Amino acid sequence: MEKTIFQYSSPGRIGVALPVLDVPETAIPEQFRRKEFIGLPEVTEGQAMRHFVRLSTMNFSIEQGFYPLGSCTMKYNPRLHEFLARIDGLAAVHPLSDDSTVQGTLEIMYKLGELLCEITGFKATTLQPAAGAQGEFAGLMLIKKWQDERGQGHRNEVLMPDSAHGTNPATSTLAGLKVISVKSDKHGRVDVEDLRSKAGENTCAFMLTNPNTLGIFESSIEEITKIIHDAGGLNYMDGANMNALLGIVRPGDMGFDVCHLNLHKTFSTPHGGGGPGSGAVCCTELLRQFLPASTVEKTEEGYKLRDRMGKSIGRLLAFHGNVGVLYRAYAYIRTLGPKGLREVSEVALINANYMKARLKPYYEVPNDDGPCMHEFVASGAEMAKKGVKTLDIAKRLLDYGFHAPTIYFPQIVKEALMIEPTETESLESIDAFIDAMIAIAEEVDEKPHLVTDAPVNTPVLRLDEVKAVKDLCLVEPVEHEE
Amino acid sequence: MSIFVPNGKAQQEQMLDVIGVGKFEDLLTPIPESVHLKGELDLPSPASELELLKEFKGFAAQNSSSNLVCFRGAGAYDHYIPSAIDNILTRSEFLTAYTPYQAEVSQGTLQSIFEYQTMIARLTGCDAANACMYDGSSAVAEAALMAIRATRKKRILVSGALNPRTIDVIHTYMGNGDFEINEVPFGTDGLIDLEAADQLAEGGVAALVLQYPNYFGSIENVQAAADLIHRHKGLLVVAADPVALGVIEAPGRLGADVVVGEGQPMGVAMSYGGPYVGFMATNARLLRKMPGRIVGRTEDRAGNTGYVLTLQTREQHIKRAKATSNICSNQALMALANVIYLTLTGETGFTEVAKQCWHKSHYLHDRLLETNGVTDVFDVPFCREFVVNLPVSAEDTASAMKEKGYLAGLPMPCLGDGAMMLTATEKRTREEIDGFVEALDQYIRGAV
Amino acid sequence: MSNIPENVRYTETHEWVRKDEGKYTIGLTDYAQHEMGEIVMAELPEVGTEATKGDSMGGLEAVKTAEDFYAPLDGEVAAVNEELESNPALINEDPFAGGWLYAIKASDDSQFDGLLTAEEYKTHIGE
Ligand SMILES: Cc1ncc(COP(=O)(O)O)c(C=O)c1O
Repeated sequence: MEKTIFQYSSPGRIGVALPVLDVPETAIPEQFRRKEFIGLPEVTEGQAMRHFVRLSTMNFSIEQGFYPLGSCTMKYNPRLHEFLARIDGLAAVHPLSDDSTVQGTLEIMYKLGELLCEITGFKATTLQPAAGAQGEFAGLMLIKKWQDERGQGHRNEVLMPDSAHGTNPATSTLAGLKVISVKSDKHGRVDVEDLRSKAGENTCAFMLTNPNTLGIFESSIEEITKIIHDAGGLNYMDGANMNALLGIVRPGDMGFDVCHLNLHKTFSTPHGGGGPGSGAVCCTELLRQFLPASTVEKTEEGYKLRDRMGKSIGRLLAFHGNVGVLYRAYAYIRTLGPKGLREVSEVALINANYMKARLKPYYEVPNDDGPCMHEFVASGAEMAKKGVKTLDIAKRLLDYGFHAPTIYFPQIVKEALMIEPTETESLESIDAFIDAMIAIAEEVDEKPHLVTDAPVNTPVLRLDEVKAVKDLCLVEPVEHEE
Repeated sequence: MSIFVPNGKAQQEQMLDVIGVGKFEDLLTPIPESVHLKGELDLPSPASELELLKEFKGFAAQNSSSNLVCFRGAGAYDHYIPSAIDNILTRSEFLTAYTPYQAEVSQGTLQSIFEYQTMIARLTGCDAANACMYDGSSAVAEAALMAIRATRKKRILVSGALNPRTIDVIHTYMGNGDFEINEVPFGTDGLIDLEAADQLAEGGVAALVLQYPNYFGSIENVQAAADLIHRHKGLLVVAADPVALGVIEAPGRLGADVVVGEGQPMGVAMSYGGPYVGFMATNARLLRKMPGRIVGRTEDRAGNTGYVLTLQTREQHIKRAKATSNICSNQALMALANVIYLTLTGETGFTEVAKQCWHKSHYLHDRLLETNGVTDVFDVPFCREFVVNLPVSAEDTASAMKEKGYLAGLPMPCLGDGAMMLTATEKRTREEIDGFVEALDQYIRGAV
Repeated sequence: MSNIPENVRYTETHEWVRKDEGKYTIGLTDYAQHEMGEIVMAELPEVGTEATKGDSMGGLEAVKTAEDFYAPLDGEVAAVNEELESNPALINEDPFAGGWLYAIKASDDSQFDGLLTAEEYKTHIGE
């Protein structure tokens, strides 16, 4: 356990040497002046470093071990990129600089847009969305705007499978659209007949993750996207699972009209303990005119930032997107090239299918229907009957030195364990994880308390989430000042 | 075999064997033949580390803006970033972890967020803060939506003296047709017209949104705005500059219900606009209406202190279409930069930075006013940023200053051809300020 | 097996309704409280709120689940269980008595007879 930074504080300490004020002072009028201390800690740089380094040692990260968190594509993040994004000429640039003084950054943004269009089979891109969810919002608003423009503004429904990620319905609400849930068939694919019966004159858009959140490719994708087009809607692809498709299939070739990419998943930008990411959106020529403000154009006089609202759906952030993340994604694509990108998906698929094959004798894979894509969903329902929940299995994996898979998502699978190895894991590390999963399956039968008591080899034991909500403590209480 | 893929042909064959298929293509059977990509993606061939490094250095060299001495703010500020920050941010354990879903192996991230929430709550004068939002502008938009949920009213008032980019973002976030947004004009003093706000609030509104100091740097009367909007049963949302809060009173102590803002000035590189980080703080009564992740303190089975994500029922993965927001990934690493920045500067250092920004922007202002033909646009106290009227075109002046090595203030065409908004952070030396004022003076003399 | 008393009626959305003197008292069924787990927050309607059968009247939250509850009858909210504010877990501990949610003064008493009987509710939840 580590004390909080406030407990190291002692008046007068400081962690950075600041320049001495070299201009005359101007009085701060009494009526505006801050009356009390802020309550920030006072520590030296050494104390601060020790505190944050100690905290860091209580984290698990991809650079320490296998992190098969389904839907999150926890792959290795190249170190070169950290260096590149920090070059002074790229990092120390004001967002309201004259175009002529930021040609380097504009060139990277322009070129990244082109690369992403080629990868997705689309014609136009916005790099502004800060994350996948904001990309979804941009995408739905593009579709909505298009419907409005052609006099179909009454269309207020978004169809999506019941297996959709939570951001999909939440985004729909933000976009003012009503969610119509479409059933999944027994293999976890969209029930095409149910979709057909629900698509109609109020359909604004259809949102689909493909491969879907069970890691299964929607084989009827052409029929699905046609049903929606025939009903007058457009198709949105949640591209969170693009790691399965690089150089194999493109969203634009399957009947989708717009998709977002999670650059912090597929294109290897580090997730930073929760962000920043980037949810770049690619779309057809039809939707280009509505893209958010801040797109880069190439002209005779060089690259230009088009930063006007015009017909656009507006602005998602104050400035031009998570540019530092874009540098990394660009470098990633440039390092791999076309063959390297396809290899990413090929090996991601092989790794996932291998794990599924080896784990199936021990864990149920309820929607199994031939090969999975880059991930698969197992179920701990059988073990739950014996009193060991998926949550316990996840915690026990931490004891074995692995991060747990995504659990309890998608909601249509009971006691779900969603496993995504990614292409950057070696056969050796995958085997070690499988061995741990098998050992845990045996523990469930023989020594279930080892699983239900887990984790025990972690910086803290299992944490009480009910207490956290009931005795809410969200900030360090202020000590009584003398 | 690329440098990121350890399983080469030998391992792949071994694995395909276990899967029970003969070749990789057999795994693609679920994908209809008709949609397979024919041939290869048309992308540039792979670049080596050395080549990429050269390419990026070339890009950086094209960014002459990074060499200019910066007097521009308007939402992004050129502050000094202590070097210890990047040392921590590039540690594997923080950099390459996902959102802290498995709390027992994420205590580093969770505790640092708890400390961040504490510092943001203290800085803003509120009871609690969330784990962060995408940026300052989207945080303002989310705060407006939060007020709508809390009051069940569908109309908001926004100050015309709010950053116009933020106003755009509010319109975008509330652009689904369900809401009404009314703009409250600012007076000739550059402050929001409270009488107009009072009239516009008639009939009930969810919130009044104002900026503090406002877009032009003028210091709004938050207390009066709070009293006014509370009379109409609405909430006061304040978009505050965090560095300014080192010297001027915390909005939470002046009656603000939600305080949001841009965290970039606290240890985050300008990086052409992102990644930045929005903060959001509020009082105890409203915290369950907040969007975003929140970390809480709890205990483990042995009674040890620990931290978890909490109040999760507000979020998209549980409430789905009824969630308080669609936000999932946020800007956690930038929030970590904020907390390290606030730790290193600390109580004395942070207030010192804030004071230097106050004094240096005032010194710059006073020197400019000594220059021939330069006048104030607004005649009220300002903090960190201000607008002056030049006797020449502000656009032309900015171009000319660029040639002299300065990123001049931002031209403000909405306030007149000669209007320019400037700032001087603690990073600017007296010599730089004097040099800039001299260059500007020279240019004006030549131009008029 | 859940406790499904015979002296109240039920809804498909897991509310129970008891006919009292001049009003109908409403709560969450034992089955539903068990499914939800420990309830940590109850958001109740205000007295005087108009209720239309089927409308959401408030919500209950456990740590990882959140559910709305719905008006079983038309009418007006006549009382709410203020004790739940400080102790929402009463819904788990004593769902049919101390853990009641709110009461409605109904505008059409005949709607009560249309609610599920204990037997019908039992079938509904598959027990
Ligand atoms: C399928 C899917 N869609 C959308 C998202 C949301 O992406 P972000 O977290 O970048 O907003 C995720 C991320 O977890 C996801 O897995």
